[in-house]
Amino acid sequence: MNKMDETVSFRTGSVDMTHGGGGRAMAELIRDLFHRHLANPILDQGHDAALFDVPAGRLVLSTDGHVISPLFFPGGDIGSLAVHGTVNDVAMAGARPLYLTAGFILEEGFPLADLERIVMSMACAANEAGVPIVTGDTKVVEKGKGDGVFITTTGLGVVPDGVHIATEKARPGQAILLSGSVGDHGVAILSSRENLEFETEIHSDSAALHTLVADMVRDVPGISVLRDPTRGGLAATLNEIARAARVGMLLDEAAIPVKPDVAAACELLGLDPLYVANEGKLICLCEAADAEHLLAVMRRHPHGADAALIGEVVEDGNALVRMRTGFGGQRVVDWLAGEQLPRIC
Amino acid sequence: MKYVDEFRDRDLAATLAKAIRKEADPARHYYLMEFCGGHTHAIFRYGVQDLMPDNVTFVHGPGCPVCVLPVRRLDDAVELAERHGVILCTYGDMMRVPGTKQRSLIRAKADGADVRMVYSTADALKIARNNPDREVVFFAIGFETTTPPTAVAILQAEAEGLTNFSVFCNHVLTPAAIGHVLGSPDPRDLEKVRIDGFLGPSHVSAVIGSRPYEAGAELYRKPVVIAGFEPLDVMQSVLMLIRQINEGRNEVENQYTRVVTREGNKKAQDLVASVLELRREFEWRGLGTVPDSGLKIRDRYAAFDAEKRFEVSEKVSREVKSCECPAILRGAKKPTDCKLFGTVCTPESPMGSCMVSSEGACAAYWSYGRFRTPAKAEEAVA
Repeated sequence: MNKMDETVSFRTGSVDMTHGGGGRAMAELIRDLFHRHLANPILDQGHDAALFDVPAGRLVLSTDGHVISPLFFPGGDIGSLAVHGTVNDVAMAGARPLYLTAGFILEEGFPLADLERIVMSMACAANEAGVPIVTGDTKVVEKGKGDGVFITTTGLGVVPDGVHIATEKARPGQAILLSGSVGDHGVAILSSRENLEFETEIHSDSAALHTLVADMVRDVPGISVLRDPTRGGLAATLNEIARAARVGMLLDEAAIPVKPDVAAACELLGLDPLYVANEGKLICLCEAADAEHLLAVMRRHPHGADAALIGEVVEDGNALVRMRTGFGGQRVVDWLAGEQLPRIC
Repeated sequence: MKYVDEFRDRDLAATLAKAIRKEADPARHYYLMEFCGGHTHAIFRYGVQDLMPDNVTFVHGPGCPVCVLPVRRLDDAVELAERHGVILCTYGDMMRVPGTKQRSLIRAKADGADVRMVYSTADALKIARNNPDREVVFFAIGFETTTPPTAVAILQAEAEGLTNFSVFCNHVLTPAAIGHVLGSPDPRDLEKVRIDGFLGPSHVSAVIGSRPYEAGAELYRKPVVIAGFEPLDVMQSVLMLIRQINEGRNEVENQYTRVVTREGNKKAQDLVASVLELRREFEWRGLGTVPDSGLKIRDRYAAFDAEKRFEVSEKVSREVKSCECPAILRGAKKPTDCKLFGTVCTPESPMGSCMVSSEGACAAYWSYGRFRTPAKAEEAVA
């Protein structure tokens, strides 16, 4: 692009109402920012809607809104998160993600430099994942009516033949596998919150898991359940599965990987890592006989290197998730009520 | 994790469990009150109860800062936020406690009041600095653990000339509450509350030391063991208590020696004493009015006292009828004795404070134990 054409100043400018007004400013923002960084043949068609052929088979569609604070955190930002989150939601159906869409709600006054950084991060995440963003939308709201930027992404994917993943397929006797350590993302976010800043080496685990899933379903097509334990952490996701399938779970606390830094931060803040969010981990339920083989497959993939067998599905009409504690007792791992809060005393 | 895992060691727990079973006289029952919600939480989270013999029962005490705040004071806080238009800064747990007619700070916030969750008094000061044209009130609650930071905040606000900052002081004192539980039992509880000894507070005692419990232990003839919050701390303290009971001793012993001394943190005590002073009496949820059990801001710092700065209306405050929080806080009932427990009252829609706070007995029962059938101690250890 010729320097003279560049009318949007990404160095000093900020979002104003004209960027959503449908006029020249909006067109320039879309051209100089979104199209420039996110370029791909379908987006480049320049239509309001993306046009493409779909492969035969079962399709999956998933959408996710991202409203995080802070927008930038160790190991990622809202842009990469918006891509990874939706790629993962599609992948958890056992599917291969094909395309993404992105909707932006921008708050008046938001620095264009930050917006560019976010869009570049999305482009990078989408390229790495090999899943292009093929259409999008931008709206601007008045100052005070947003929180910088909100991003909604939608993903479309196709499920390979022979793969039927469904939460209700959890059955007593199945093994519960976890792809790696829990709590990294939530602690990374907390460590960079304005009123809680603390020095840490912990980075968010935000990552696209679809290639890991592809390896897993290829070798063990009979996997029954796949879920990514995001908000509410491992505990919430296991409770959701237990309730949907009317089964219980019995976990082994000592087998659940938690990084020492994450454990220390949680200890200090009075949080339980089982309830802390993850953005690059998955839980898998499979027949016990497949567990060892599947673990080996997961451990060969960079995002599953620390995969572990953390428990088993059991019969329980009350759909409780229980855990043998490292201390030698047993406890229920319940849903999280509200938000996890540091203790007072 | 170093320095933490050592206190959660499974083998040591098994050894202690054996020692406790050996020490406990099968001919009698031991009722031990853990004063602090932090202990209640540890007992449930690590399954300590599973490791106890059948004749050791934990009686949950009133040591949950959010739980013991009377509804009236919470209603006042809601009023400060709603009617006086202040920025009300509060610790997170307090947001969800239901006040009169289920009105909580989180509801007030949803209706437009400016209520902000803070992690420390430093956050509240920062908010005051950043909003010079608004009145900022810190809703101070808690036992002696949280009192020094409140005192520091007031001193700092004065030093900085922060004229828009004040504190709604609700700090309460632990030894007074223990004395009240033993010395002035509610007539309804006679025959119901049985306490043979106390697991004494950990973090509170780091500030006040172990000495303040000595008079009560002697007067009421009950042993106290200051206990850390880790599960092995709790178990070792149980063993120490049972020994005292068996030997007929009523002493204050300190299991938590790595943190607590007899004299406590003198500097923190002096700091608190310079800014805060005793209230003649203070109302506790469950315990009623307890003499010399609360702190208020000294006149010298009246400018930072929200109670002097804002007038709150006379009001009739009511807890939810049939909520058993008061009896649970006195140790007279267990959460499962409450009709509301797990039916209309859950952490998602709490009817009483004990279901809100992670240090509350109801929340601990619900989150860690709901329908549990206690495993036999032998099995759990094996």
